[in-house]
Amino acid sequence: MTCRETKNLLNAYVDGELDSTGSLGVEKHIQGCASCLTEVENLHALASAIRNGALRFKAPQRLKRNVAAAVRAANPGARRTIFNWRWASAVAAAVLIVVVSIQWTKPSNETLLVNDIISSHVRSMMVNHITDVASSDSHTVKPWFGGKLDYSPPATDLTEKGFRLIGGRLDYLDNRPVAALVYQRNQHFINLFVWPSNNTGIRQEDQLTRQGYNLIHWTQSGMTYWLVSELNLTELSECARLLKE
Amino acid sequence: MSDERERVLEQNELTAFNEAVLPHLDAAYNLARWLTRNDQDAEDIVQEASLRAFKYWKGFSGRDCRPWLLAIVRNTYYSWLRQRSVQPELTTDGEIDDPDESVPNPENALIQTVDRQMLKAALDDLPLEFREAIVLREMEGLSYKEIADIASVPIGTVMSRLARARKRLQIYLTNVAARNLL
Repeated sequence: MTCRETKNLLNAYVDGELDSTGSLGVEKHIQGCASCLTEVENLHALASAIRNGALRFKAPQRLKRNVAAAVRAANPGARRTIFNWRWASAVAAAVLIVVVSIQWTKPSNETLLVNDIISSHVRSMMVNHITDVASSDSHTVKPWFGGKLDYSPPATDLTEKGFRLIGGRLDYLDNRPVAALVYQRNQHFINLFVWPSNNTGIRQEDQLTRQGYNLIHWTQSGMTYWLVSELNLTELSECARLLKE
Repeated sequence: MSDERERVLEQNELTAFNEAVLPHLDAAYNLARWLTRNDQDAEDIVQEASLRAFKYWKGFSGRDCRPWLLAIVRNTYYSWLRQRSVQPELTTDGEIDDPDESVPNPENALIQTVDRQMLKAALDDLPLEFREAIVLREMEGLSYKEIADIASVPIGTVMSRLARARKRLQIYLTNVAARNLL
């Protein structure tokens, strides 16, 4: 092997990339060639200087965390998992909203009606418009409704029993115009809403208290009755009993 | 529950990737850092390369994923260069001028006394292809074949690049050492 041939192979020799024949050839040559031997020593020295020179950069911890996070985020499986969770919680939230709506903002027909009845009662006193026809005479009140309603509400005068009929009013409940009869017990007003019975699924008789108002409900002779007042339940029940007679 | 099975498989895939590839992040960063000669750019390259690696992970069937990852780092760096409309420093090895052959071989002692800063400056001064070959060979200990695959060049070119790179380094270091002695 000539010196020139050898020099071309010295790097590969130092790097251990020569086959055994090549290696033997180079070794044989450098034993008798000072120039090539020096070059081999220089190459070894340079290689070890680079290897031992602490020249290798280490990835910052921050980068390792970022890469792990980025890969995790790019993982379609992980993304689907996250999506599923989001989807599931969205569904859960939607269900909850629906349930809450049904419970609170879309209550049952009865609750709706009770709320309307209370609202009508409160409004009737707030706007100083408790009666359209002011009369304690049932013979005045009852005909007043004729022509305004397709039914004739009872207008029982209970003045002698402590519940003075003070008049009648047209109201609107349960998607229809209804008769409101107004009674007074001492300083308390009582609204009696009456309309023909329909199948609203409301129980035959009920007493309840909502927002500080007492309500008594019953059906009789094909009519629905709702009595509402801030009057205490005992006296209101008495009123209901008298009206049913 | 094929969805669930798929999800588990993908989770396993992620775990396998992390176990196989993340240990080589130092190597990836080292290469990127020597190529870019800049901390922030190197981090960006490695981050991008890792995502690419994960994308190609399913198609990777080799045993040693370090050269594979380094190849992705290198390619990411070159496309990053193109995106920035920066021409790679050199296109063909023939355009690189070798040092004057008449410059005598440096003394062994001079090489052994060079400090880290000098060595780093010498490496940074190398043309890109040479720097890349030296880093892969001397710091990552890759074979000529592996370097050839990464750089997409014949093994002969790798050998030639390494030889010329080392010659440049020796001369650079000799000159610096000689200047320091004056």
